[in-house]
Amino acid sequence: MTTVKLSVNGKEMSAEVEGRTLLVDVLREKLGLTGTHVGCDTSQCGACTVHVDGKSMKSCSVLAIDVAGAEVTTIEGMANPDGSLSVIQAAFKEHHGLQCGFCTPGMVMTAAALLKENPVPTEGEVRAYLEGNICRCTGYHNIVKAILAASGQDVAAMAGE
Amino acid sequence: MYNFDFTRPSTIKEAVAAIGAGGQALSGGQTLIPTMKARLAMPETLVSLTGIQEMKGICTNDAGQICIGAATTHAEVAHEVAKSYPALSDLAGHIGDPAVRNRGTIGGSLANNDPSACYPSAVLGSGAIVKTNSREIAADDFFQGMFTTALEEGEIITEVKFPVPQKANYQKFVQPASRFALVGVFVAKFADGVRVAVTGASGEGVFRWTEAEVALSKDFSAATLDGMAAPSADGMISDLHGTGAYRAHLVKVMTARAVVAA
Repeated sequence: MTTVKLSVNGKEMSAEVEGRTLLVDVLREKLGLTGTHVGCDTSQCGACTVHVDGKSMKSCSVLAIDVAGAEVTTIEGMANPDGSLSVIQAAFKEHHGLQCGFCTPGMVMTAAALLKENPVPTEGEVRAYLEGNICRCTGYHNIVKAILAASGQDVAAMAGE
Repeated sequence: MYNFDFTRPSTIKEAVAAIGAGGQALSGGQTLIPTMKARLAMPETLVSLTGIQEMKGICTNDAGQICIGAATTHAEVAHEVAKSYPALSDLAGHIGDPAVRNRGTIGGSLANNDPSACYPSAVLGSGAIVKTNSREIAADDFFQGMFTTALEEGEIITEVKFPVPQKANYQKFVQPASRFALVGVFVAKFADGVRVAVTGASGEGVFRWTEAEVALSKDFSAATLDGMAAPSADGMISDLHGTGAYRAHLVKVMTARAVVAA
């Protein structure tokens, strides 16, 4: 076992890991941050998306030991410091961008990565960026709508469910 | 996945020593880690290449070639060569999805040589040079069949050098479920001729469609391809996503689209 240190949502944390321990398993099993989900476990569904050093990654396909020392942000780190919902989270709530909620942590983390790169994306750019995040409930319309709303665009005219 | 010993060297020299001692190179791991989870690979030692600064980054050398460190991610390539080599940027920016592009690397993709990967077509289509810890390998010699390359045991890719064509374009027909290339064609027009590299189609992996290269070198237009037969369906991948004949047909269609878009 090796001790891996990570900065998770701004807090210094460490965990004992094997070589094969995935980042998502450290987050969920060792650090108790169960907001990050494991959907497919084959790097297709994106439910496990977190930010590593500011970049979105699928934490089920990254070895914890390989990102030792990194700054990791998970869904638990997305709310405002006073505990209120971030703009993106509030938009998902407002526009019904979730149903069962399983994919939502990954969707929010991917949305945050997109809006950091591209603060005012088009609908097409949002849809393209979500290519690696699968939702089986919503049909994506309201997720796309929520992300566009979070970017400050008027979505009143968009069709929704 | 089965457990393994793990090491993360900070220089190429240390990495080569560790791999020479029996370790398996790990770059972004976007193929290897899923493969290990499925227990299709069971290395006893993994040697991560992600901590080697000298294998990261992009520059232009005195010959005008774009030199990309092997551990540079797809997202970095897409961003950095957007102006200097737009076709390569576009290809890199459509591999997998954003999270995969933030982790997967050019060196990892080339060493794996998946028959449906995008990067091999850019490397072969550009006539790029694959630099390793011990030598330089021309793209025409590097790719040697599905999941097979000229790399010797213990040899690692450290950099890829791309000559920049006058015009180029990559067209990918995605397999609707996996989003890998069902067929992808990279067309590059240089002063001394045209190169056409095809991925996704052949059971032998990436290949050059030489008949189209000859024709397009004389007349770089989609109309040139009209009278040509598609490449032979012999040896093309045939599966539930498409027959060999369908893939062969797509090669011609995607080549024409790439010529128009170049």
